[in-house]
Amino acid sequence: MNRRTLFTLFGAGLALASTTSLVSAQSRADLMAAHRGGTLKLVARAAGGTIDPQVNYTLQYWQLYQSVYDGLVAFQKGNGIDGTVLVPDLAEAIPEATNDGKTYVFKLRQGIKFSDGSDLGVDDVVASFQRIFKVSSPTSGTFYNGIVGADACIADPATCTLEGGVIGDAAAGTVTINLVAPDPEFFFKIAVPHAAILPAEAPTTDVGVEPIPGTGAYMFTTYNPNDSLVMVRNPNFVEWSEQAQPDGYVDSIEYAFGLTDEGEVTAVQNGQADWMFDQPPTDRLAEIGTNYADQVHVNPLTAFWYAPMNVNVAPFNDVRVRQALNYAIDRNALVGIFGGQVLAQPVCQILPPGFPGHEDTCMYTKDPGTTWSAPDLEKAQALVDESGTKGMDITVITEDAVVSRDVGTYIASVLTDLGYNASVKAISSNIQFTYIQNTNNNVQISISQWYQDYPAASNFLNVLLSCASFHPGSDSSVNIAGFCDEGIDARMQAAMAQAVTDPEAANAEWAKIDQAMMEQAPMAPLFTPKHVDFLSKRVQNFNFSNQFQWVMAMSWVQ
Amino acid sequence: MTDALTSTTSAPVPEKRSGRGPWATALSRLRRSRSAVLSSLVLLIIIVMCALAPFYASLAGSDPFRSNLGGKIMLNGAEVAVMQPSTTGLGLGVSPIGPTWTTQYMLGADTQGRDVAARLLYGGRNSLFIAGAATVICLILSAVIGIVAGFSGGVVDMVLSRIMDVLWAFPVYLLAISLSIVLLNSSFSIGPFTVTSGSLILPIGIIGVIYVPYVARPVRSKVLTLRNSEFVLASVGLGMPVHRVLTRDILPNVVPTLIVFVPILLALAIVTESALSFLSIGVQPPDASWGTIIQDGQTLLYSRPMVALAPGVAIAVTVLALNVLGDCLRDALDPRFKLG
Repeated sequence: MNRRTLFTLFGAGLALASTTSLVSAQSRADLMAAHRGGTLKLVARAAGGTIDPQVNYTLQYWQLYQSVYDGLVAFQKGNGIDGTVLVPDLAEAIPEATNDGKTYVFKLRQGIKFSDGSDLGVDDVVASFQRIFKVSSPTSGTFYNGIVGADACIADPATCTLEGGVIGDAAAGTVTINLVAPDPEFFFKIAVPHAAILPAEAPTTDVGVEPIPGTGAYMFTTYNPNDSLVMVRNPNFVEWSEQAQPDGYVDSIEYAFGLTDEGEVTAVQNGQADWMFDQPPTDRLAEIGTNYADQVHVNPLTAFWYAPMNVNVAPFNDVRVRQALNYAIDRNALVGIFGGQVLAQPVCQILPPGFPGHEDTCMYTKDPGTTWSAPDLEKAQALVDESGTKGMDITVITEDAVVSRDVGTYIASVLTDLGYNASVKAISSNIQFTYIQNTNNNVQISISQWYQDYPAASNFLNVLLSCASFHPGSDSSVNIAGFCDEGIDARMQAAMAQAVTDPEAANAEWAKIDQAMMEQAPMAPLFTPKHVDFLSKRVQNFNFSNQFQWVMAMSWVQ
Repeated sequence: MTDALTSTTSAPVPEKRSGRGPWATALSRLRRSRSAVLSSLVLLIIIVMCALAPFYASLAGSDPFRSNLGGKIMLNGAEVAVMQPSTTGLGLGVSPIGPTWTTQYMLGADTQGRDVAARLLYGGRNSLFIAGAATVICLILSAVIGIVAGFSGGVVDMVLSRIMDVLWAFPVYLLAISLSIVLLNSSFSIGPFTVTSGSLILPIGIIGVIYVPYVARPVRSKVLTLRNSEFVLASVGLGMPVHRVLTRDILPNVVPTLIVFVPILLALAIVTESALSFLSIGVQPPDASWGTIIQDGQTLLYSRPMVALAPGVAIAVTVLALNVLGDCLRDALDPRFKLG
């Protein structure tokens, strides 16, 4: 997903040995007794929109939802790669598939209550799955369209029943979910907040700023997007699984909105805030990396920055031009724009390092091999000369955010070097992502980012470059390049089917698909970023999950 | 006797006076004003420096419009990277080189590794050009609207005046930002001419239009006074065609008012252009203006303040000089004013 609508980032996470060993050295009960209490103070430039967990699609709030809401299954609350492991949450266990991989029967845990005191039951689960469609969740048509009855729900959300798709048995305490076809990514999809289990009475419209009760360790109390968000302990919470929903150390979490990036850094430096959501501005990086090194955590993300090239608009409708740009880009220069080699790594393929299906390879470099080394300007120039497109006008569309604009300016400079008349148009970050998706805007090339929703190769390749993701004339056409190769599409479908029975072989196939796509070069992968967490001195036991970043519930402030 | 009689009855021939016209008087007054001379000199220096931008760029050996992220320069006999990775602590961040006070990267580099001094000079060319062109457009439109409204009176005056009132009712920057956002999103055509989204014509046109009420209203007031003056009434009474009255009697008397507005409008246009470019809705990269350079420097305020400071100072000095010159010009053209 895009950085602004994203949720989970991360990739090949490196476990922070120091913090994990700290926890393992003492029993959790001792730690809880010693450190329980206090208030965690967070700051961000702006609020993340609606508080509704089935509607909101931002990392900013998905991070908070981890301690407020639960699904039938969950990503383990752990460090690094452990954070991508699936564990049973409201369900007693992760069920085996039956009916040729199309049916799952979940047995609900007993005795769990919502924060408003009501008991969790199978009716809540059934209603929650229906609600995904009733509130037109952003992923209802992509993550949950494989559930039996989903087609009818998508066509008429208000009357959604998911008949035959989600069946509750109150007496047995089970929920049966039937799929149209086997889906190797099904558990990932129901582990994200859009599949959170809410009270059956929850409104069937976006609740906006009115929190919905959850089952997690904390609950939202007040939310004013122009000011703050407050979370306190859920009085009805009893820990049932440390891996799925651990009790938190702090008593409350206060999230303040409205500071500038610079102001956020200063607030954390002064101890007025414990953590800043936004990445520190580039001209403060050296300062915090030097003077506050022990308060800084840098972790890799399974994400990439890329320049999608519209394969249906000149000059990028010529594969040679697309390949030429890939050859000409100095990816090290772009790494510098992002903050240097500590914070980013050059890439020239789509699947990020450490991600399922990733194999180190780079065809667009001076000496093609496993890694990118240097731009090959001669080859790039020759390809442009062959294409006969020199002198054409090209506009690079970027966000008006600093790094995006700088990356776009650099790409325009490269295109100028190749003989084009290139310019940059920076538009508001609020609309750039939808603007570049809509073919009516005739965008030739743009700058974008993609962060994983869950750890599966299809979440990059199939989502970003399949024919099904290309919707001409729509603001929701995430295949920004407009790339549609039926041969590659068929291979992706086959790989997804193969993943049900043989994930390793499927991942090997995804690696080949990655290369096949890059031969067509519908985009120029630029670099994979790392994430900087800047914390106050008092925050201890920092854990960075590859799925949901900082696990706040595991940190203490006293 | 005859000779004497002849000499006493001849009418005396008055001595021809060598009085100066109002323009020469105004110029003379300006020359005698230290403030006017100093501000003119400052403006002249700025214009000449900006005109010499290509010369400086060639001397510095850098292209101010292309990224130079991997570039290196010789400084004090050593090769130095233009973009310098942090080598302390965790090694986070890459900073552009600071001011070298040599011909290369005299004021340092921006986030693209470009020479700030070269961009400052090229940016000044754009800022001054946009301001100048916008001022001309604004003065022409204002003169036409003000004269037509003031001289015609009646319905024409009412309609034009209300249009000006509506335009003036919008905060200037809000109007400029709204127009920029709408027009910048796509190219548009007027007859055979196509204006692309990155064209300088857009900020010129926008700035030229938004200040029209600011000038047109005083022009109209002046024309209302002139319309009832004796020499205009005489011309009308003698049956002079309207266009002759307007061009021979009205326009020459309105010109001093317009001239007084020139430096003020230039200053306003420079500031407005900078504001629009700072908000990414004026001059589009890789083109530069003082506003875009300030925007570039905004992200470097902490580590490389010179990037934002240099264009900021350039704007401040230019606008100050224009305002001082404007005051002097107003005084010089005022027949009631006596320079001390």
